[in-house]
Order: sequence, then structure tokens, then C-alpha cells
Amino acid sequence: MQVPAAFQYERATSLEQAIELLARYGPEARVVAGGHSLLPMMKLRLAQPEALIDINDLSELALIRVDGHDLAAGAMVRHADLLASPVVGEHFPILRDAERVIADPLVRNRGTVGGSLCQADPSEDLSAAFSALRATLVAQGPGGRRTIAIREFFLGPYETALNEAELLVEIRVPIRSHASAYRKVERRVGDWAVVAAGAVLEISGGVITEAGIGLTAVGAPRFVSEQAEDFLRGGRPDDEAFAEAGRIAAQECRPTADQRGPVDYKRHLAGELTTRALRAAAARAQGQEA
Amino acid sequence: MRITVTVNGEQHTGDVEPRLLLVHFLRDELGLTGTHWGCDTSNCGVCTVWLDGTPVKSCTVLAVMADGHEVRTVEGLAHGAELDPVQQGFIACHGLQCGFCTPGMMMTARWLLDHNADPSEEDIREAISGQMCRCTGYENIVRSVRWAAEHGGGRGTADAGTEPAPGREEPVPGREEVRA
Ligand SMILES: Cc1cc2nc3c(=O)[nH]c(=O)nc-3n(C[C@H](O)[C@H](O)[C@H](O)COP(=O)(O)OP(=O)(O)OC[C@H]3O[C@@H](n4cnc5c(N)ncnc54)[C@H](O)[C@@H]3O)c2cc1C
Ligand code: FES
Ligand code: FES
Repeated sequence: MQVPAAFQYERATSLEQAIELLARYGPEARVVAGGHSLLPMMKLRLAQPEALIDINDLSELALIRVDGHDLAAGAMVRHADLLASPVVGEHFPILRDAERVIADPLVRNRGTVGGSLCQADPSEDLSAAFSALRATLVAQGPGGRRTIAIREFFLGPYETALNEAELLVEIRVPIRSHASAYRKVERRVGDWAVVAAGAVLEISGGVITEAGIGLTAVGAPRFVSEQAEDFLRGGRPDDEAFAEAGRIAAQECRPTADQRGPVDYKRHLAGELTTRALRAAAARAQGQEA
Repeated sequence: MRITVTVNGEQHTGDVEPRLLLVHFLRDELGLTGTHWGCDTSNCGVCTVWLDGTPVKSCTVLAVMADGHEVRTVEGLAHGAELDPVQQGFIACHGLQCGFCTPGMMMTARWLLDHNADPSEEDIREAISGQMCRCTGYENIVRSVRWAAEHGGGRGTADAGTEPAPGREEPVPGREEVRA
């Protein structure tokens, strides 16, 4: 039987109180959101926080809304809610694609969007999807609020730019005309990705004006392939360009061999899935559901 | 910590350590052993119960997190002496094989039918995809849920129709097959 080590438990009733509690308990305290990454780690004693600050009562963090020109998703939005959201489905098919293949419906009922990003697991699907979208993260700590570009948020495996006693409160993505898709290969339904790739394309006058390429589980720097993005920008959205972008992305990533596969296979997947995600996004831009 | 949890409509109060998992609170403190406990790693889904009306894996929820909340377990599925159509379906179609995964499967099935009165086979398979059956497989389980849908079980006991159906019929677009 796996049992976590002993800890103190506090339930926060407001964001300010959660921050206060985090500050009071110090560096060995952690917030618990859905607990679906943290509790398994605590059961295996890979994590032994001395105090858990439960933020599940902070309903103000559980909203998905359109705020000005942005989609704003609270950190406590559950995966299932992001998946079911019509606004998300309409404007950000990449997020809907990704959510449909994250874990299983039961895990999605409990796991949160904020928890996924803060966990900064190198195989996290939303980290790649939101990085492709160039999301902005809103953090709040004892010193107030600040925003962090998602590409500056991930410092390394399980390491983020959040300061001590700072919480992620919201994820924001501008609603703009673009096409997107997410493609993943896993060993079995509900498993972490062997490799997954997300593509975001802004196209104007037959030319790609901006591209976002997100990659997960292959050691891509900060979950993106900037070289593939640079290559695509200014070019035409055609099959040849997508195949070349795939080749570039495959070269830029740094997969490691593990039980999910050898390096060559993962690199092959990174290229192929990048190309496919780009093709799917382009098909959507032309009004064809892909 | 002193917690009060409403389980199957009844309030239970107990003193628990914060590290106690909900599944063990239900089984060991309340004696509700219908909720099973298997993998310990959040993968098998045999520990599935409803927390505030939504199925979750209770081995990955702390009992203290359920303080003040509502839990529904398999013991709360029947309506008095009358079995829920989902339970009847599992009997009629031999969905209950060794029975280990059955309570969790039935809790998810009940929830699915509350939100989608006429689920396709694909909807059912998607809904239970976080749950493992180690017996002869999922065929009879899927048939049992269909049986329940066809025998008044899909009428929706919760606020059916107010939420999007958890299962959809389209193929999953994000899932790819690639061969090297
Ligand atoms: C069986 C299983 C399969 C899974 N498969 C996948 C998969 O295929 N793809 C995938 O991407 N994920 C997968 N996951 C991971 C799952 O999506 C994450 O566990 C979940 O999204 C993390 O969110 P959480 O709310 O549970 O976070 P928690 O476990 O509560 O927290 C995770 C970490 O983030 C911190 N944290 C949480 N919220 C905040 C906040 N607002 N501010 C600051 N810090 C915070 C916590 O302190 C902790 O360190 C799987 C999980 C399980 C159990
Ligand atoms: S015991 Fe909870 S998922 Fe297996
Ligand atoms: S009936 Fe035996 S594990 Fe499913």
C-alpha cells in the first residue's frame, strides 16, 4: 500500500489566504490542485511536502471566460471543462485535440490546467499546446500580480519560473484568426505521450505570417521548435514546407531513450507528427475539418 | 483532522490523518468495501466513486479534500430494494465477471447514462477508458451498459441534458498511428 508521508493540511478560502499560507509554511509547502500529479508522487515518496495548501475552494480560479481579446482560463479549470468548453473548441482546436488525449475521463475530471503547467513534466501535453499558442501566464504572490510569457515559464524538468509563495492564477491566449491542431502517439489510451506535436498557423494572403510548433516528450527546448517556426514564417502553407518543418523540428529536439522507445523512433515521430499537425491545421484553415 | 463527508446521502464524521486517501476512508473507516482498491497508481479506476456528482479515482483524492463534500459509492446505486438498471444490466449481460472492477465500472456507467441517455458503443468505451478489467474483457461490460440504456436506465437521474455528453461519436482527431 502506498501512503504519503505525514504533512499538514490547510484549505484556502481565498487566493490571498493561499498565498499567505504558502508564505507562512515556507519552501516545504505546496499547493494541491487536482492532486493527480502531486499525490502519486507523494505516495511514491518522490515528493514529501510538509504542508499542503488545498486551492480547490477557489472557485474564482475555475472559470473559462473571454476577457477583451483573450481567452482566459483559470488555473483551477479541470481538463474536462477545458475539453467541454465551446469557446475553446471554436477558437483553439489545438486545446480540444490535446485534451481529448490527456489521460482518461476520470483523471480529466479532477486534474487541472494550472496543475499541468506547474508540474512542468517534460511529457505534459498542455505545456506543448499552450507554448505553441504563445500563451501568457498570470502569477500572483506576496508582491502582487505579474505576467510571464509561457516560453519563459519552463526552466527545466519540474522547474518553473514561479517564485516561492507564488501561484499560477490564469492562462491567457489572444483570440486571433489562426488554425491549429495537436497530434499525439501514445502506447495505449490514456497514457503519456511517446511524442506529441502541436501546430498553430496564422495565414494571410496565402503566406504564413506566424507559426507555433509545440513538442512534448522529446526534450524540445521549452516545448517548442523555434527553428521550424522561423523556417515557416513568411513561406507558403504547403506540403513541402510542412515536411521540411518536420525535418527541422526532428533535428532540434533532444529525445532520450526510455521504455517508450529509442531515440531514433522518437525523432522520427517528432518530425512526422509536426508535419501532420501542420497539415491538419492548414486543412482547418481552409474550412476542412481534419 | 475532523472531517464530515456526506456519503450516499448520509453524513459521516471522523478523525483522520491528512494523508489518509478517500478510498481508505470509505473502506476502512466507514466499512463501505464496495469501492475497491487496486493499482495504487491512479491507473486502474477500480476505486472510482462520485465526488460532488463526478466520477473520480478515490485513491488519488485525500479524505480531507472531501470534507464538506458529497460522495456516492456503489452502495448508493440501488434505489432501496430495487437495483439500478445499470446493476440489472451487469447481471443480465454477465458484465460482472470476477467482479473486481465492477463497482467502479457501474459508477462511471451510471454517470454516462445520466448525461447521455443513448450512448453508442464508442461512447461507452471512451467513458470507461480509464478503468481496467482483467477478466475476459470489456465486451460484456459494454453490453451491460447498452442493456441499461435500453431498459430505462438512460432516463437520466441527474440533471441530464444540462451538461455536454462526456462521450462523442467522432473518432478522436488527436490520436495518431505512426510506424517508423
Ligand atoms: C493516470 C494518469 C495519466 C495521465 N496522463 C497524462 C497525459 O497523457 N498527458 C498529460 O499531459 N498529463 C497526464 N496526466 C497528468 C495530469 O494531467 C496531471 O496530473 C494534472 O493535470 C496535474 O494537475 P493537477 O491539478 O492534478 O495538479 P497537482 O497534482 O495538484 O499539482 C501538480 C504540481 O503543480 C503545483 N500546482 C498546482 N496548481 C498550482 C497553481 N495554481 N499554482 C502553483 N502551483 C500549482 C503543485 O504544487 C504540484 O507541484 C496523467 C495523470 C494520471 C494520474
Ligand atoms: S486503485 Fe485507484 S486507480 Fe487503481
Ligand atoms: S470483472 Fe474481473 S476485473 Fe473486471
